[in-house]
Amino acid sequence: MRLLVKGGRVIDPSSGLDKLTDILIEDGRIIKVDENISAEAEVVDATGKIVCPGFIDVHVHLREPGFEYKEDIASGTRAAAAGGFTTVCCMPNTNPIIDNVAVASFVRERALRSGVVHVLPIGAVTKQQEGQEISEIADLVAAGCVALSDDGRPVTRADIMRNALEYSKMFDLPVMSHCEDLDLSNGGQMHEGYYSTIYGLKGIPAEAEEVMVGRDISLARLTGARLHICHISTAGSVQLIRRAKSEGIRITCEVTPHHLTLTDELVGSYDTDTKVNPPLRSQEHLEALWAGLKDGTIDCIATDHAPHHLESKDCEYELASTGISGLETAIPVIMSLVERGILDMNTMIEKMTVGPAMVLGIDRGHLQEGAVADVTIIDPQAVRRVDPASFYSKGRNNPYKGREYTGWPYATIVAGKVVAREGIIV
Amino acid sequence: MEHKDLLGLYDMSRREIELILDTALPMKDVIQRDIKKVPTLRGKALVTVFYENSTRTRTSFEIAGKYLSADTVNLAVSTSSVQKGESMRDTIKTLEVMGFDVLVMRHGMSGTPHYVAKNTKMSVINAGDGSNEHPTQALLDLFTIREKKGYLDGLKVAIVGDILHSRVARSNIYGLTKFGCEVRVVGPSTLIPPGLDNLDVKWYYSMEEALKGVDVINVLRIQKERQQHGLFPSLEEYANLYMLRPEHLLHAKEDVLVLHPGPMNRGVEISSQIADGVQALINEQVTNGVAVRMALLYLMMGGTKDEIAG
Repeated sequence: MRLLVKGGRVIDPSSGLDKLTDILIEDGRIIKVDENISAEAEVVDATGKIVCPGFIDVHVHLREPGFEYKEDIASGTRAAAAGGFTTVCCMPNTNPIIDNVAVASFVRERALRSGVVHVLPIGAVTKQQEGQEISEIADLVAAGCVALSDDGRPVTRADIMRNALEYSKMFDLPVMSHCEDLDLSNGGQMHEGYYSTIYGLKGIPAEAEEVMVGRDISLARLTGARLHICHISTAGSVQLIRRAKSEGIRITCEVTPHHLTLTDELVGSYDTDTKVNPPLRSQEHLEALWAGLKDGTIDCIATDHAPHHLESKDCEYELASTGISGLETAIPVIMSLVERGILDMNTMIEKMTVGPAMVLGIDRGHLQEGAVADVTIIDPQAVRRVDPASFYSKGRNNPYKGREYTGWPYATIVAGKVVAREGIIV
Repeated sequence: MEHKDLLGLYDMSRREIELILDTALPMKDVIQRDIKKVPTLRGKALVTVFYENSTRTRTSFEIAGKYLSADTVNLAVSTSSVQKGESMRDTIKTLEVMGFDVLVMRHGMSGTPHYVAKNTKMSVINAGDGSNEHPTQALLDLFTIREKKGYLDGLKVAIVGDILHSRVARSNIYGLTKFGCEVRVVGPSTLIPPGLDNLDVKWYYSMEEALKGVDVINVLRIQKERQQHGLFPSLEEYANLYMLRPEHLLHAKEDVLVLHPGPMNRGVEISSQIADGVQALINEQVTNGVAVRMALLYLMMGGTKDEIAG
């Protein structure tokens, strides 16, 4: 079984490759990257398209097991493929929680059977994500977990976080920290600032995130462990992480497409699709995040794909669940930053490929010969309107609904097999 | 009126506000007659849905509707199917299909009337949503001030108390600034929200400074549970610092007006000497509230200023 991706502009930030060339794939591996390859193979015509290593999302909620009414592995991985992702890491806040071998194995097996992209589970930092005792981390590693996180529920006790970092160091596994001081954010609905005053909603100050980023940086320094900060949203976080990196602390971080493109002003519609944690921030924070991406402080872009069922969003703002179903709009939204000149194409692709691969420490996110043939092809000219009703995700909670974007996924190739074409699963 | 709903003064134009205030004048005449009834809204139906307690706002809407001959119904939320877990969307749909034209809603959560308005054909009037807006209170405050002073432009108005959580403060700020008033707020630093600079509002921690030369003082009710959340140490300390007392009025203009949206905590945010004094317009505000709400109901149900029944 051979596949030939022909005539595209191939961009692989891991090697600095950016030229018109072809890629030949055989038995799920890339066997040749060269100009004008002619071979007996099924051809994907990539003329006018951008061909990149398969996109990796380190932060996704697939909801299975336990919350299949919000999403399951079948629907979530289809959303990923349609959105141009070839690998997703799923967060452990399922029911039961991924804090033991049985659940981690279930997720992996389910992904192999019903999924269409690679699924790498993330194990819970603490048993039941209760923040009291660290999980059986060696077991989770053996079961295939690539990172640890209590995402959604910050590890509030500094001593437990210290132990988790210290212990995970043995396995060289990153601890992905959802940084939020729950006392400072308590009851908050949106970013604290001018617009929270105008809209009369309780604010969540930027400092609710930053004080925990600061704490975790200190603990990473103390332990020498790998720390990854989830979904950073504030200028202060960027600054703290920039400084920590300059001091040689082993820290990485991610930012979501929505924190890069939407501001707290949007909450004025009381559209619950704008309700997300951390909240949409103000313009100066967005600009700091852009700068952080450009100077390398921010390692990757991750969606924090958080699908919800209709009833938990079709209600009063304060009662609504937090989260955005973002896998299927990530590429067009980030492409809009490229179009606006805020981010260049190569940086954008780096943050979706080699960036997340380095965060996880996995051999993915590049197009070297011999690599697993995960390839994302983008059509930079495609124009479409965001229509959540047509999502593969069960979660239709997406604040970009109705907006028109230029630049959409053209084809998603997972281990040498075309799984999606122009947003449609094949 | 240009909009289906009245959700707040933030999005309202000065012209629209003036239209409501002007229309409220003849409405006030109706209230003061022996026969307090005009047939203007006969055949129209109004429902009030209050998820929070209220004496004056709910009653005021009800009687305003009745004076205009609309059929008015109060949904008692505490004894309704809401207590059985009915969703907001379903509750509203039920009222809509009964044929109500106007829904007057109070809710403890900001933005709920906005959510409801998007999901119903009924005209929605916000009677107070969380910490967001209480537009009819601000309209009646504007009416009261304008009635006494003869104009609004350029007046200096101080709002005293819990600005952070106050929907009355927000609606007043939006309304007053549209008339070029100088708005000042004063209260403990923990109850002053961020971003006031962008609203052209000056804030103070000292009563003496804030009240210097003002034409109007609007005193807000302090909710006792704020103290439990640690936003100020005790009601006694609050009263020591911010209870409006006769000596404070010496800093203001001689003919200063004192407003309070009610219900009052005497001895906490306002002293009885002030509440019962000559400057206080608290009872006038209640009467004007009925007139303003009559005007609003009338305009929202398609009436124009020129055809008010005499």
